[in-house]
Amino acid sequence: MSADADLLTTPLNDLHRELGARMVPFAGYAMPVQYPAGILEEHKHARTQAGLFDVSHMGQVRITAKGGAPLDDAAAALERLVPADMRNLKPGRQRYTQFTNAGGGILDDLMVNCMGDHLYMVVNAGTKGDDIALLQAGIGDTCEIEVLESRALVALQGPKAVAVLARLIPEVAQLSFMQAATWTLDGERLLISRSGYTGEDGCEISVPGHAAEAFVRRLLGEDEVAPVGLGARDSLRLEAGLCLYGHDIDTTTTPVEAGLTWSIQKRRREEGGFPGADIIQRQITEGPPRRRVGLKPEGGAPVREGAAIREPGGEAIGVVTSGGFGATVGGPVAMGYVRNDLAAPGTALELDLRGKGVAAEVVAMPFVPPGFHRK
Amino acid sequence: MSDRLYSKDHEWIEMDGDIATVGISEHAQEQLGDVVFVELPDIGRSLSQNEEAGVVESVKAASELYAPLAGEIVEVNETLVDDPAQVNADPYGNGWFMRVRIDDTGQLDGLMDEEAYQEFLAELE
Repeated sequence: MSADADLLTTPLNDLHRELGARMVPFAGYAMPVQYPAGILEEHKHARTQAGLFDVSHMGQVRITAKGGAPLDDAAAALERLVPADMRNLKPGRQRYTQFTNAGGGILDDLMVNCMGDHLYMVVNAGTKGDDIALLQAGIGDTCEIEVLESRALVALQGPKAVAVLARLIPEVAQLSFMQAATWTLDGERLLISRSGYTGEDGCEISVPGHAAEAFVRRLLGEDEVAPVGLGARDSLRLEAGLCLYGHDIDTTTTPVEAGLTWSIQKRRREEGGFPGADIIQRQITEGPPRRRVGLKPEGGAPVREGAAIREPGGEAIGVVTSGGFGATVGGPVAMGYVRNDLAAPGTALELDLRGKGVAAEVVAMPFVPPGFHRK
Repeated sequence: MSDRLYSKDHEWIEMDGDIATVGISEHAQEQLGDVVFVELPDIGRSLSQNEEAGVVESVKAASELYAPLAGEIVEVNETLVDDPAQVNADPYGNGWFMRVRIDDTGQLDGLMDEEAYQEFLAELE
């Protein structure tokens, strides 16, 4: 399999193969798209019990201010690149944000944690090279930017996830949604956040690469836990209404169009100071020309990325950016961009499926109720 | 040993008189993954050999179903509308797609028997 030889592997690669995973190339890595249970079962497992995901292909970055300067200097510098409020992100808190460009478009979406003495960031695998370069060019004057190459990243998601993790580290149960802390387990330093990409309660755990397999085996030994691949990861996040970079958001979509204005805190909406701020501020005031919406096609056929969206019997007014089968919904779900005046839930639209029109309705997202643990 | 014959597109047929029952093979369902929707052709439609007859939607992608033989569609498996998972669970039984009346049984010569299909699969690896 010479093609595989060119792919990067995560520390869990051998384990995936042992578990019977079907491996596929993703962002230059050999990753499990599914295990023998299959995508539908894995998806349902993550919504009812605890699904374990290897997301070690993503980029983990540690940022501090140079020369021992206060962390606020690093936070202030990072605000040159992202629209979210980094300076008021309290120790232990996590925030979702984007790297924007001069047009107000999105270069990547990411999570940033304030860990007290450093900022910890997770970026998408496909863009991590560009993201690191962006950070170096944008804030490398003021900040030390360390790529955590040797760490693995796993997610345990589902209603039973925290109870399982708490058997190993009882204090994890005290974390609220979007809160993070570090613990030592069996001599290894773990960074655990109560967050994820499924719409369920659960955690993301950064673990040293050399300890990852043992840690994951221990979790898989718990009754409630089953491995879940990238196929189900995609259908879970779609049902949760979450964007996939490169599909639902990209350099041509602003956070406002994408429905992510909530991630730009008030102070930054007012002050700007990030790339494309003028365009984003104008869209916040005047409304964007188009909006990302949830779509529920009639019938059982999935309508996928690239399908045109029309007014019934009329002109194309948008495009599907993600679409597939929602195993919890029990039918097709999609998201896409439509002209702003057609974005209200209940709006009747038509989606192109193999040359025919499928009736669809704009629906609010998420498609399934969230399971987040908010205090 | 079954009487099934197979096409290079991983469809199988079983003849009963001049009626061919058509489905997709174990290999095909395994490659597709979980089937979530099947678009079946209309009864009465005439198909030429290798013409696109329908679509099988799995979680990840849509795949065309081709007519392994030319003929007229006399029946389709309506149970797949409510239970497309039968394609995965029982590809040679309840997962059948359509029944086609064949005019020219000479077409069968172009299909593979069980042994030939297994060899064909082995060569694909």
